[in-house]
Amino acid sequence: MTGHRVTRSDRQSTAGLAVSAVLLVVLFLLPWWDSDGSLRVPLVAILYYLALAQMWNLLAGFAGLVSIGQQMFVGIGVYTLLSFAEDFGVDPYLSVLLAGLVAAVLSLPVAAFAFRLRGGYFAIGTWVIAEVFRLITLESDFLGGANVRTLTRESLGGYSLDTRNTVTYLMALGLAAGATAIVVLVLRSRLGLALRSIRDNQEGARGLGVSVGRAKLAVWVISAFWTGMTGAVILLHNPSTRAESAFSVLRWTALVVFIAIIGGVGSTTGPIIGVAIYWFVREFLEDAEEWRFIILGLIAAAMAITAPRGIYGLLQKRWSVQFFPVRRKLVGPGVTGPSPGGPAQPVADTSHPSA
Amino acid sequence: MEWLNAIVQGIMLGGLFALFATGLSLAFGVMRFVNLAHGDLAILGAFVAVSVISATGLNPFVSLVIVVPVMLAAGYALQLGAFNFTISPDPLPSILVTFGLGIVIQNVLLETYSADSRGLDVGSIEIESIRVTDAIAIGWIPLITLVVAVTVLGALQLMLSRTSLGRAFRAVSDDPPTARLMGINDRNLYAVAMGIAFATVAVAGVFLGIRQSFGPLDGPAQLLYAFEAVVIGGLGSVWGTLVGGLLLGVAHTVGGQFEVTYGYGSGPLVGHLVFLVVLATKPSGLLGRRAE
Repeated sequence: MTGHRVTRSDRQSTAGLAVSAVLLVVLFLLPWWDSDGSLRVPLVAILYYLALAQMWNLLAGFAGLVSIGQQMFVGIGVYTLLSFAEDFGVDPYLSVLLAGLVAAVLSLPVAAFAFRLRGGYFAIGTWVIAEVFRLITLESDFLGGANVRTLTRESLGGYSLDTRNTVTYLMALGLAAGATAIVVLVLRSRLGLALRSIRDNQEGARGLGVSVGRAKLAVWVISAFWTGMTGAVILLHNPSTRAESAFSVLRWTALVVFIAIIGGVGSTTGPIIGVAIYWFVREFLEDAEEWRFIILGLIAAAMAITAPRGIYGLLQKRWSVQFFPVRRKLVGPGVTGPSPGGPAQPVADTSHPSA
Repeated sequence: MEWLNAIVQGIMLGGLFALFATGLSLAFGVMRFVNLAHGDLAILGAFVAVSVISATGLNPFVSLVIVVPVMLAAGYALQLGAFNFTISPDPLPSILVTFGLGIVIQNVLLETYSADSRGLDVGSIEIESIRVTDAIAIGWIPLITLVVAVTVLGALQLMLSRTSLGRAFRAVSDDPPTARLMGINDRNLYAVAMGIAFATVAVAGVFLGIRQSFGPLDGPAQLLYAFEAVVIGGLGSVWGTLVGGLLLGVAHTVGGQFEVTYGYGSGPLVGHLVFLVVLATKPSGLLGRRAE
């Protein structure tokens, strides 16, 4: 017996979990001490951006599915909530769940088309399909075409303004924390192992019996479900919308991608760091949306070249921190230092790059 | 007759789509690089033409003499200074860099030129056309665009098959390490390919600006059309790109004939659907040599 064992948690990740738990409790209790909502209201946007970034990161960072079409699931969520709550009189909060389910169901035919493409062409393919959903919405009388649609007070039921604000905030918090938990849980599962083996070497993984298509489809549907619910909560937060903004690639994919890249693609902590930086930039450039996109876009493009694992990757290279216990590592006598830093880098492959 | 006219106009429009698709197809063929800023670069080219024209008073066609070299140099420099660092078996960095670049271009154009729509004025030729029958007339501008597209694609095909530069492109496309051993500077070659891609997309952008009005946010739509033309035609096939562009153009104009509720984008919607049908039934494209 050498006393070696393989573990996922260590002192850092235990501390990380403890900090997250305390933060979560504080954020959960926020409505009871932030009575005028001056903190809650701006926080909602930060929280739903975190949920979107985690879900994009699950696809792009772990499953190699670089989607530029996430706005389709946000838009589907928005319009599902409008249809159920506004047109059919279903409870708005139940409709949030339905929005996720509709997005998940629609993600299946989308995958049937998009999964025929790979790499950069998959990215543009998802963008095309998002456009199809936007154009169909514009053509649809039932959905309201190009008109502004509003979630009216009647369809929000008998809930008071204060209750509504609190519930929206708590839902956004649940989506953000839930998205992070989903990524951690997926990575700890068999599916997570399959995904990482696919990321490192797809053909090799297939050879070892990993069902590549099924693993990718699973995360695709999970991401669509959660992104659809997030879209519905975005509408609860900001009840007026139209097709152009519900299916906006700039708001629901570009910003999300920037947040994830700057924080760190391929890690669960990266999007949290990214969303904090987004908040910072937004506070400084409150009235200059164009400049926000220019600055975040330039930082993201520069980071994609120089630090593809984002700020979290840089931190990790230095100190090998891990806040969420998702990686296995060897501990015991004679094992010095951290396991080779960072999530597994794709093995340098001199064969021809495939798209 | 109305439908026949739609098909004729679609073929003309398809010339423009093929011109957009040329650079995307070349960059993918040579270095498996997918440039998500491709459409935004076309719009950038059109705005560079706006500035050149307002500074010099040149005709938009003549402004190409300045716009094309500027964009060619920009493509060469950008590949050498940035894109080359993202070339790896992992497509993620190149997607992120070009996507970020596209968003930056859109917002810089918004800040510089405002959100107003622009057009490039070439004078009376814009409204002149050749009457084929009573119902069908072919505008000079669309006809010139189609001729230019066929010429550019033909020149590209000749370059790839007949010149030593073309041979080098094919060599790095097939096997970069071996091409390097044969003394080919692949990094520089990639920069040349990107320069050519920028030059062709700038031509496409200027022709778009002559044909219709354009704004800073019109790039992504052009990227999607160019991509669809490439996939419909078949990856790695120069003439496939032309066929894909023409088919997509016809889908747009014939689709535009349908009665729709609000009159928004029925042409593009039908175009996207045609693309999805081809993707589902013939993923390697109509003239493609291999599935990707």
